[in-house]
Formats: sequence, C-alpha cells, structure tokens
Amino acid sequence: MATSDRPFQPFRNLNAKIASIPMILTALVIFIGCTIWTIYYSFTKSKLLPKSNFVGFDQYERLWSTRRWLVSIENLVIYGSLSLIFSLIIGFLLAALLDQKIRFEDTFRTILLYPFALSFIVTGLVWQWILNPDFGVQSVVQGLGWESFSFNPLYDADIVIYGVLIAGLWQGTGLVMCLMLAGLRGIDEDIWKAARVDGIPMWKTYLYIVIPMMRPVFITTIVIITSGIVRVYDLVVAQTGGGPGIASEVPAKYVYDYMFQSQNLGQGFAASSMMLVTVAVIVIPWAYLEFGGKRRG
Amino acid sequence: MEPSISIKNLALSFGALEVLKDLNLEVAQGEFLVLLGSSGCGKSTLLNCIAGLLDVTDGQIFIGGRNVTWQEPSKRGIGMVFQSYALYPQMTVAGNLSFGLKNARLPKAEIEERVNRAAKILQIEPLLKRKPAALSGGQRQRAAIGRALVRDANVFLFDEPLSNLDAKLRADLRVEIKQLHQKLSNTMIYVTHDQIEAMTLADRIAIMRGGLILQLGSPNEIYNKPVNKYVAEFIGSPSMNFFDGQIDDSSSKFSTGAQVFPLEGYGFKEGTSPKGPAWLGIRPEHMVNGAEAEAAPIRMQGKVELVEPLGSDTLARVSAEGHSLWVRLDGQVSISDGDAITIGFDPARANIFDKTTENRL
Amino acid sequence: MADTDVLPNNTSTGLETSGPRGPRPRPMLSRRNIILYGTLIVIAVYYLLPLYVMIVTSLKGMPEIRLGNIFAPPVEVTFQPWVKAWAEACTGLNCDGLSRGFWNSVRITVPSVIISIAIASVNGYALANWRFKGSEIFFTILIFGSFIPYQVMIYPIVIVLRELGVYGSLTGLVIVHTIFGMPILTLLFRNYFVSVPEELFKAARVDGAGFWGIYLRIMLPMSLPIFVVAIILQITGIWNDFLFGVVYTKPDTYPMTVQLNNIVNSVQGVKEYNVNMAATIITGLVPLIVYFLSGKLFVRGIAAGAVKG
Ligand SMILES: Nc1ncnc2c1ncn2[C@@H]1O[C@H](COP(=O)(O)OP(=O)(O)OP(=O)(O)O)[C@@H](O)[C@H]1O
Ligand SMILES: [Mg+2]
Repeated sequence: MATSDRPFQPFRNLNAKIASIPMILTALVIFIGCTIWTIYYSFTKSKLLPKSNFVGFDQYERLWSTRRWLVSIENLVIYGSLSLIFSLIIGFLLAALLDQKIRFEDTFRTILLYPFALSFIVTGLVWQWILNPDFGVQSVVQGLGWESFSFNPLYDADIVIYGVLIAGLWQGTGLVMCLMLAGLRGIDEDIWKAARVDGIPMWKTYLYIVIPMMRPVFITTIVIITSGIVRVYDLVVAQTGGGPGIASEVPAKYVYDYMFQSQNLGQGFAASSMMLVTVAVIVIPWAYLEFGGKRRG
Repeated sequence: MEPSISIKNLALSFGALEVLKDLNLEVAQGEFLVLLGSSGCGKSTLLNCIAGLLDVTDGQIFIGGRNVTWQEPSKRGIGMVFQSYALYPQMTVAGNLSFGLKNARLPKAEIEERVNRAAKILQIEPLLKRKPAALSGGQRQRAAIGRALVRDANVFLFDEPLSNLDAKLRADLRVEIKQLHQKLSNTMIYVTHDQIEAMTLADRIAIMRGGLILQLGSPNEIYNKPVNKYVAEFIGSPSMNFFDGQIDDSSSKFSTGAQVFPLEGYGFKEGTSPKGPAWLGIRPEHMVNGAEAEAAPIRMQGKVELVEPLGSDTLARVSAEGHSLWVRLDGQVSISDGDAITIGFDPARANIFDKTTENRL
Repeated sequence: MADTDVLPNNTSTGLETSGPRGPRPRPMLSRRNIILYGTLIVIAVYYLLPLYVMIVTSLKGMPEIRLGNIFAPPVEVTFQPWVKAWAEACTGLNCDGLSRGFWNSVRITVPSVIISIAIASVNGYALANWRFKGSEIFFTILIFGSFIPYQVMIYPIVIVLRELGVYGSLTGLVIVHTIFGMPILTLLFRNYFVSVPEELFKAARVDGAGFWGIYLRIMLPMSLPIFVVAIILQITGIWNDFLFGVVYTKPDTYPMTVQLNNIVNSVQGVKEYNVNMAATIITGLVPLIVYFLSGKLFVRGIAAGAVKG
C-alpha cells in the first residue's frame, strides 16, 4: 500500500516555527539573556565598560548605603502605595459613577481617559507649570486673597513626591476607571435585578456583592499599576528632574544616571537588579495564585 | 470490495488524556455511518483524525485503499461540514465554495462549473453572491454542505451539522441529506446527538463511549439487540425500563422481588444458558395495556402516577409491584393519574443483561 | 432607589383609578441626578483643567503670563509661541525647534508600528492555530518577560545594537520598539485568533490552504478591528516613549519627547513658559488626535492589553 511521506519532525509546522523566530529570540536573548547578563555584571566592579572583575556583593552594599538610593526607595514606597490605593479607589468610584446609566457616558469617559493617551513627559511638564509657585495654583489662591496659602510641592523637599503623585493620578486613573468599568459591565445584569427585588441598597450591593465578584479585575489592575509604578521614570525626569536636591529621586532614574551619566555601570546593574527583585516579589505570588493551582494550556 | 475507509488500531491522546484507544472501524463504499454517543466520548476527535486535522498517536487510517495517516487534510479526498458551518465570513457563498478549488489550482472554468452544479443540487443558486452573514441558518448549512460537495470528494464527514438549527429545519435538511446521499452515493460519516437523525439516516450506527466503539450495527440491531446495558439505555426515549433480579438455574425464569417472569421466547445468545443476577430491560413502547396486557405472557397490576400526552401517543408512568415504569400508550387512550391499570409485555421483546459485565445475554 | 413601592391596598372598593398610571415619572432634576451629574461635571472640569491651562498659556505673551494667573484666558491671543516652539526653540546647539524631533518621531513610529504588528500578528496566529512543541513555553517567557523592568535590559541591548552596528540610529530604536511591543501585541493577537472558531481554521485546512494562505486569506480579512486596536496601541505607546529614545538615540535623532524635555527643562536662558506649553501641546497632539478619533477602539485596546501583563 502506498504510504504518504512522513514529514521530517523538525520541519513539520516549519512556517509556524519561522514565524516564531522573533518571539523566540526576544524571549531567549533579550528577556532571559540580557537579564542574566545584567545580574552577572552587577557582581563586578565595572565602571565605564563592563568588566568581569568580581567583587561579590560590594555593589549591593554600596547601593544600600547610598543616601540617594535610600531616598529613591522611600519615594517609590510612598508614591507606589499611595498611587495604588488612590487609583483603585478613585478609579472604582469613577467607574461606579459612569455605570449609573448616565447620559453622555461616552463624553465623560473620553474626558477621564484622555490624560492616559499623553506621555509622562507631557504630563510632568503640564503639572510642573500648574504647580509653579510663582504663577500656578499657589499664586492664584494667594491672589484670591488667601495670602498665607502655601502649596509648593515642586520646591519643598518634604512634599515633592506628592506633587508627582497628583500628576501620576491625573494621568493614570482613567485607565483604572476603564478596567473597573469593564469589570462592572461584565457582571450579570440579573445580579442587580435580584438585589433590587430583594431591596438591598445600592452601596451595599457594591460593597458585598459586586466588589467581591470583581476580585480578578482588581488583581489584574493591581498588577498592572504596580509594574508601572516600579518603572516610573519619565514623569519624575520631566516634572522635577529628581529635585529639589535628591528629594524626588526614584530607582529607575538612579539606574539610568549611574549607567549612562556617572559611568558607574556596576552600581547601575546592581540597582536595576534590585528593581527586578521588587517586581518578582509582586509578580511571582500573583502568577502563582492566578496560574499555579489550575494548570492551564 | 475494498472498504472506503478503514481505521486500524487508532489511538489518540491529548497529553495524558487518552481520548481514542485502539479503535478499529471499516466503512464500506457508499455507506452512511452515524457516530452516536454522549458528549465528550470522542466522536469529533475521531472525525478530525479521519480528516487529518489531528495527528494520531498510533494506528493507521486508510481512505479508498490509500494509507493517509500522514497526509494533509486537503489531500485525503474528503469533504467536511461543521456544526458552526465555519463559512469564511468575508467571502461570498461562491467564494466559500471555490476557495478549496482555487487552492487546488483548478482551471477557472472547471471551478465555475462545479460551483454551479453544487449550487443547483442544494438550491442555493440565488444566494451565491451573498455573504454568510446575510443567510439564514438553513441556507448557511446548505452553503457549508456545498463547500464539501464541490470537492467531488469520495468521503463526506459531518460533525453535528444540524444541531444549530431549529426542529423544523432540522427535519427538512435531514431529508435533504438523505436524498443527497442517495444521489451521490458516496461514503458519509455523520456525527450527531440526535437519535432520530441517527435512526433515519444511518446504514449503520456506531455507538461510542469513552473512545471506544461499543456497538456497530444497523439501526434495527442497535434498537432491538443492544450489546450492553449502556447502549440499551442510551437509545430510545424515554429509556428502557429495567428490572433488577435473578435468572434461575434453568435459564427459563427471571425473578424480581416477589415476581417471577417466564422467559419463553427470549433468545439468549446461541449455545448459552446463563443464570444468576441480571437486568431485564423492556422498552416503554413494548409494554402493552388493557386487553392486550391480559393476553401477554408477563402481566402486572399497577397504578398510573403521571400522564404525559404527546399527541401521537401518551406516556404514562406506572407504579407496579414496587417498580416504577414508563409505558407508551396509544395517543387516544383516556387515562388519568391514579387510575388502576394492567400492563404487560412479551419476553421476546425484552433484553437481558448480565449484572456485572452489563453485556447482553 | 425605589422608595415609593407600597403594595396597593384594594380591598373591596374595586381598583382605585386615580392612582399611579402609565410610566413612572422620572424628573430630569431629581436630587439623585443633580448630585450625580454635579459630581461628574466637577470631575470632568478637573481632568480638563491641565489641557485648558496648556492651551491658554501657549496663546499668551510672556508679559501677560508674568502678570496674570494661569487660569485666565488670554487677553491678547498670539500664535508666536507655537511658531517658536515648532521652528526656533533651542536644545543644546540646535535651534531649529521641535520640528526635528517631530520628524524623527514620525520616522521612528511608522516603521516600528508596521514591523511590530506584522511580526506579532503572524506570531500570535502561529501560537493560536499552529502550536508546536515549546511554543507555549516561549510565549510564557515572553509574557512574564514583559514584567521585567526595562532598566534591567537596557544596557545589554546597547551592546547588542552596537554589535549590529545600529546603536544610535533610528533603525536601532525601531528594533527596540519591535522587541518591547512584542509581548503585548502577541498576546493581543493570540487571544483574538484563539477566539476565532477553530472550525473555520479546520475548514480552511480541508480546503487545502496552508500556513500563509489561511493567515492572508482567512484570518487577516476578518481581524481588521484588532489590527486597528494594535495600531492605536502602538502609535500612542511609541510616540510617548522617552526612556528608549534617550538611551538609544543621539541628539540629532532624538524623538520628540526627549527633545521636548530638553527644551523645557534646559537650564540656560530665560524660561519662556508660553513656548514650553506650546511645545508640550504639539508633542501631545499626535496621541490625542489618535485618541479622539479612535474613541471606543482605544478603550478596547487598553482593556485587551490589560487582560494579562
Ligand atoms: N484539543 C484538545 N485538548 C485536550 N483535550 C481535548 C481536546 N479536544 C477534545 N478533548 C477532549 O477529548 C474528549 C473527546 O472530545 P470530542 O470533542 O471528540 O467529544 P465529542 O464526542 O465530539 O463530544 P460532543 O458531542 O460534545 O461534541 C473530551 O473529553 C475532550 O475534553
Ligand atoms: Mg463534538
């Protein structure tokens, strides 16, 4: 009996393999290769050029004893936790407002989301101008007669990070609102009908029924916000340049400055490896919860 | 004559899940074979293996005498019709029909001729210029059949082609498919959940369960002589009534509870005289009542619990001697809940299954 | 919300004909609506304020800015700041305005968008319909890789690009954007193609179409919306990028965002706030136009992109 040719294994599905080459290269060379490379060289004394002169954990010790890094971490924690909490609360409230079958919903949503289309550079520069002590909000309020009013986040080292936070929230809450709104819309209409027939007040329905049902949306949103927070860089560069002094420095800026300006590669590598650790601490438990229990295809 | 399709020791697993196990099947040229079985038993998987859409784990598949186990779907000489129609949404009906032929680089004139011929057979000529979205369910399914038809394939594979349609259309298209088969006389393998479809269309039915073919036979055989209790229960609605009991040592009596049924007329497998624990099954439509019951070899007194008039006939749930039984009665009979009723049946129409193996005795 | 629901009490007198009848009245100016729309309008004003401030500032002359407050509309409208921002503003030694950065950004964005989408869509299609041994593993690495902070990878990539001889050129930046756009785009396309009924793909295989045939003739024509979503996602993402621009390009190939930042935050010279704001608007204009034109698709894009990673 005639037998059709058995295709040679590696060449089976050849086109799909060819089409996946860029993905395979990116996964292996960039995501795995480059990451390992950086971690490897973070244990060296590389200055202007990467060199394999190992110094153990020296770079990390130096890192954690540098005031600028500590300030960066402190800022990241403050900015990160506040931005997470506020964007979740504000985003959810906005979504709940828009979910009231209002008229002009599209218009309102367009207005709340447009900042997200803008770059962090644009966002940072606008808020730099609005918070300008001589011309911005502070001077306007003073001009209205409240002479002693003082709100000068850009030049006050104690509160500068809150100035950045305002800009960050303005830019990012629209996205959270959109995700939450999609989550709300995904909830079965019948739940609302049942709650209404049962006479449960709206806020209670949200608090005890809807929010628990939206757990997956909240988790996804939290992961998205946090992985964005760790990267925050452009916003600070544009709005404050890390100042006044080093008061608004963040880790990502520390990495860039050490790698490309101070020509201290080892420090940059160690700092970026620390950023990776931070992300891993957040992503791994999430991934475990999301995919660990049930194996997926 | 050489079988049209022959499947030898076919096995297929998805990872650790063995869906098909050592499956053998031969389909004769021009035969209409229906695959029937509960959801998830591997019907679609088997069909996809025959089509070449899944790589088999083990075994061989022959179509028209050729070993096609490693061959591309388009080279197997098959046409396939899917449950969701799977019409290409952006192409017109004509485009859908001709796509495969264009891929096979047939000359333009030939493509046109074949499309027109198929359209004529299926009466979709006026629809050729329309997109699938502008068709009704029945028209879409006709177009999908047309796509298989133009390929001039010797083997047609249908995966639940009618299950997305309403009852009326389903009945109409069923007749059309039957006529199509008579006209084309090519081999057809047809997957369905619908017993009526299976009984009316099939030359032979294969009942599948857990990746195995339990019984392969004519609709008649399957209905009257199911090989085991599973098949017996699966075919027929409402399903067979069962009595749990014992066959006596002489294989001539079946006792259940306080009752003893004579088994004269029941055909045990040739040369066997089984005894011991067993199930006796009788279909609701083989139960009789009234005067007929008085004359039947096996009789019981019972009480009507529930009546379901269906028009053509009436289903009654009867409790008799501690059993709860479905009985199919004439549509015009006038009974109501609580009535006393005599029911009976002929053991020749019964099926007896071993208690442990559940195979027919 | 329903607090008027009292069960009707029609005992023996028959039905009361003067009671509620027809649609329940829903006054436009109910207390609920006033609070709801009031809140929404206040919030909308807050979100619009920065855009308004940008525009009015860019239309004022410097003397007016020094005297007035930033929220006041311009007394005397001037387009001079726009002209200056576009054609004359200085960064370092160059004094030819933002136009240079604009054209650089165009030359970066257009090829990056096309190449990244072409690669990712074919890749997503392969992952959805033509899985091969290991394909899911690479995909998982890709998705988890997208959580790695860019800072970890930027320096080794400098070396890779230098080896390839494209460090500092627009080509290099296009490669970088293609790489980092891959996780999200591949996910987007894979999820889309997975949702296309599998039977359609099977039917096409029975019809004898191969890998490219099915992609070009079946999948591509039916996935235009998802391509639009991807294009929107990429245009805004790449246009707004700053980090890669500043790392992988040189001053004369700087994209617009980098140049904008250099203009506004340069320490030399007198601060011209009106020019700065004009430059800021001009930079934000492209993504804003894309945003306002695309409307719902933009929302779909970010929602789709946010499914995972
Ligand atoms: N791609 C796949 N990966 C893993 N398991 C699968 C896959 N396709 C099918 N299965 C499993 O194989 C078994 C048989 O599936 P199949 O689709 O053949 O069932 P079926 O008999 O056609 O059912 P239905 O009548 O519901 O269509 C099921 O248990 C199913 O879960
Ligand atoms: Mg099936």
